[in-house]
Amino acid sequence: MSYPRLLRRTLLYMGVTAFALWVLIPIFFIGISSFTPRNEIYAWPKPIIPSHFSLDTMEFFLGSYGVLNSLLNSVWVALLTLSFTLAVGAPAGYAVARFFFRGREAFRLGILITRMFPTALLAVPLAVTFIRWGLYDTLVGVALIHTAMALPFAVIITTGIFMGVPKDLEEAAMTLGCSRFGAFARVALPLALPGLAAAAMFTFVISWNEVFAATILTVNNRTLPAHILTTIQASPLYFRFAGGFFMILPALFFMFLIRRYLFHMWGGATAER
Amino acid sequence: MPSPSFSLNIGLMEARLRKLLGTDTLLPYWLLLPTLVFIGVFFLMPLFNAIMLAFRADNGAFTLDYFKKMVADVRFIETLKYTFLLAVTIVPLQLITALAMALLVNTGFRGSRFFLYLFALPLGISDLAAGLIWLSIFTQHGFLNSILYSLGLIERPIYFISYQNIGLTFLAVVVAEHWRATAIVLVILVAGLQMISKDYLEAAEVLGARGWKKVWYVILPMLKPSLQSALIIRTIFALQTFAVVLALAGNIIPVLAGEAYFWHFLYRNSHIASAYAVFLMVISIGMTWFYLRFLRSRMEVIRG
Repeated sequence: MSYPRLLRRTLLYMGVTAFALWVLIPIFFIGISSFTPRNEIYAWPKPIIPSHFSLDTMEFFLGSYGVLNSLLNSVWVALLTLSFTLAVGAPAGYAVARFFFRGREAFRLGILITRMFPTALLAVPLAVTFIRWGLYDTLVGVALIHTAMALPFAVIITTGIFMGVPKDLEEAAMTLGCSRFGAFARVALPLALPGLAAAAMFTFVISWNEVFAATILTVNNRTLPAHILTTIQASPLYFRFAGGFFMILPALFFMFLIRRYLFHMWGGATAER
Repeated sequence: MPSPSFSLNIGLMEARLRKLLGTDTLLPYWLLLPTLVFIGVFFLMPLFNAIMLAFRADNGAFTLDYFKKMVADVRFIETLKYTFLLAVTIVPLQLITALAMALLVNTGFRGSRFFLYLFALPLGISDLAAGLIWLSIFTQHGFLNSILYSLGLIERPIYFISYQNIGLTFLAVVVAEHWRATAIVLVILVAGLQMISKDYLEAAEVLGARGWKKVWYVILPMLKPSLQSALIIRTIFALQTFAVVLALAGNIIPVLAGEAYFWHFLYRNSHIASAYAVFLMVISIGMTWFYLRFLRSRMEVIRG
């Protein structure tokens, strides 16, 4: 390897390593904090690595009033959200990917504009409406607004996924005797399934992470982020750290599972400019 | 092999659907219908209701009182200042960082995919969690103070987060939000880089453009649409910064979305909360219009 090339290589790896550390070190710190004994959280100077690892902080967090309940609520809301979102958004994604119809571009533009709505603009008036509809402080109500927030992503992502399934295959199935719906169910759907699963996990993460609307729309049936946010001023540091760590765990796991699709999905979304 | 009962079901569903849907030309509209209904109920109706709540008193009369109260609030000017300052500081920093990350990864060295996934990791981290993560670093007996102390740089903890050090508190929020939300810019830019045809890059090399020259004269101009989408999307979301501020800085740094939250949640006044929300929407639209005008681009750049 020539000298300038070696130098460039070294600089390149130094650059990406620096960025990688910048991303990873804070995650490392919150992980460490969650397994530090409670009394050592306030120690000064705090050792980077605690004297011993303990489940003390985590146990305190999970045993605190309302945490387990809100955890279950979060899972339910996220599952409901991903079901609603795929049921509503995937057909639209399929339509945009497969058909040329009047209003197609207007629809796509409309979907993009909905992404610019501030959450506050949806959540505050919906709280008033939901009281009237009996949906205030219910998990379904929170799931519905999360669906609204995830829907633009779902339509854009599923459009990309169905565009990735060749139209020819469906047409071939139809010439071989499949009906339109049969061709979709037997050819397009199985091929799109991994992508749809990735979209579902992405939707799960959107709902799991959402805090503003969940806080505005609930009183007793809080999701985990809403519970942490509303108790934040009154809770000790170790509770907040354990909460932060607990909230990022499933999100990081799902992000790892769908890592191959992340760029594919966004690439598909921007592909035909 | 599909089982017979499966194909029977499909045949039955097909027949029912056909009856229901009519001709094939209508099919795409039927598929869009659920989404359109959802947008109507969960976007257009709240938009309408928010405007009503913000402009109409409880007796039904038109009023500007809620906006007057919003503007007259002692915190309003501060809120506006910090919301804009945050957006103006964070967004350019994020564009630069994400561009550097994307260009480094785009060289396609061994292990570049691995680093790309690492850089995209914060995509799955919520604003609330990011605030708490950075709290463990910036808090009084946190990691940053402990490290500075053990290096002998300070003798007692610095109060990064306090009313006495609003500048430092603001910086802490900038760092946390920059850390969390740069990933989305990265994803948009990487998708954009992947769309640049190899032909252009090869042509550039043949014509002698290498290294920085290639980046400056070929890659950056072709990446402009992606940079614009990232700029618009990030600005709109930066104006809505909320939980990261609340988790990290509590009440010290007021932001618009936070005020909407407090007015609804603490003071139980959905009129003024709506006024804030409508105001936020108007600013978002204004910023988008400004970018589209200023950057002389087509509406399509909001595609991200």
